[in-house]
Amino acid sequence: MSKIPATRQGHRPVAIVGFSQNHSVRSDSTSNEVEMLLPVIHDVFDRAGLTKDEIGFICSGSTDYLIGGPFSFVTALDAIGVWPPKSESHVEMDGAWALYEAFVRLQEGDLDTALVYGFGKSSLGDLDEIFNLQLDPYTMAPLHPDLVSLAALQARAVIDQGLGTEEDFARIAARSRRDAMNNPFAQIKRDDDVATLMSEPYLVSPLRRHCLPPISDGASAIILAAGEKAFDYAEHPAWITGIDHRIETHAFGARNLAVSTSTAKAGAIAGVGEGHVDVAELLTPFAHQELIVKAALGLADSVSINPSGGPLSANPLMSGGLNRLGEAAQAILDGRATRTVAHATGGPLLQQNLVCVLEGA
Amino acid sequence: MSESPEIFTSPHVLEFPYSRSTGPVIGSFLTALRDGVLIGIKGTGGKVIFPPTEYDPDTAEETSGIVNVGPGAVVTSWGWVNQPLKQHPLQHPFAWALIQPDGADTAMLHVVDAGSESAMATGMRVTAIFRPADERIGAMADLIAFVPEEAK
Repeated sequence: MSKIPATRQGHRPVAIVGFSQNHSVRSDSTSNEVEMLLPVIHDVFDRAGLTKDEIGFICSGSTDYLIGGPFSFVTALDAIGVWPPKSESHVEMDGAWALYEAFVRLQEGDLDTALVYGFGKSSLGDLDEIFNLQLDPYTMAPLHPDLVSLAALQARAVIDQGLGTEEDFARIAARSRRDAMNNPFAQIKRDDDVATLMSEPYLVSPLRRHCLPPISDGASAIILAAGEKAFDYAEHPAWITGIDHRIETHAFGARNLAVSTSTAKAGAIAGVGEGHVDVAELLTPFAHQELIVKAALGLADSVSINPSGGPLSANPLMSGGLNRLGEAAQAILDGRATRTVAHATGGPLLQQNLVCVLEGA
Repeated sequence: MSESPEIFTSPHVLEFPYSRSTGPVIGSFLTALRDGVLIGIKGTGGKVIFPPTEYDPDTAEETSGIVNVGPGAVVTSWGWVNQPLKQHPLQHPFAWALIQPDGADTAMLHVVDAGSESAMATGMRVTAIFRPADERIGAMADLIAFVPEEAK
């Protein structure tokens, strides 16, 4: 019998057994959401070697605000073709939280498999105006701050508190773009030197363009399997040995923006510090946020962070977090790593954070 | 047919026939803005939360006790915008900032109209500039900006 690692929270063991993503692009003008998802869904089934008939539960993450129409997630189900009907759910959040729901659903014990997917076409609207809607409707939204300006407040806090410099931000961007050259799905792939990046003008000081994520259309999907069943679909399943998510106040003026308390809490509960970490995939779309999350998770300098290129090289909204789980799992599925960490975030300025520890047997 | 068909019509008004209350805490904050005053509220351990919330963001305990804060304040973080977007509150270069009024323990998002980036610094003192009393409506728009204290 194959070995399943002990789970930190005493939960039923669940593993990621398949991951697929499409090539992130600035604007996928030829596909709608269903057409964007179709190849990803087919590919993830192929990778895990199963069909939709073997799936017990389906959960997706997306937001109607990007498409500008209600219940777009229902239409997206056409990418799977769920007949006969299947138990299905959706979160108006990144697909990483859809994975969390599927993980919880599999704890019931009556189902052994789940399909999770996330999708988002960021190119359809004005992201500053769309994301303004997630701010406090009385004290923040009427001022119409844009995403970059808000991030600048957090970056300044990092600098003021001595936790990072503008050069550190540039180094993170340069490393991400360079690593992305090995990722066929990434969008921004370049070998930039730090000095060149530092010569860019400020967009909103202290942020330059390289500190920002690209705008991306994209989709991804993951197959979860519980217990021994996982070995039917993968030789090296990526076992979820710890997973948790925590949220802080939306009133970000009441937080220390240079510190992520919720990430630290979720990371401690997921057991990040209980062993070595080979790879950490962090959903830190602004360069300075990598420093904040890295510190909150207590990751050593030796940990390989975002070897996929991360969100600074491709930032498909609503599937970017699921991509972090997928990339962290793929390293184990491929036998390249034995213990990896994935992080996802939602809300303004790292308001809500999910942390997952994945282990090979 | 020789006779024109009778066309039935009936009026239909699309409406939103209710107003939403901002509640006792946010409502007090907006009313105070109309009066040209900044207020916070006491949270757990007497900490003053600004802008006021109905619960303490750290402990989730109910808050109580409105207190006046400001108008003098300190900038706790900021970012300089050289090219304002059309939806921004100011259409000339300005700073977005987190602003903590005297007497408050947390900060609020707003803008500093400082003229140039070189006038900005974390920890600088600013003060609130309100619209004229007869133009204030009890909303964030009543507060035009914060300006460096020495400039007022």
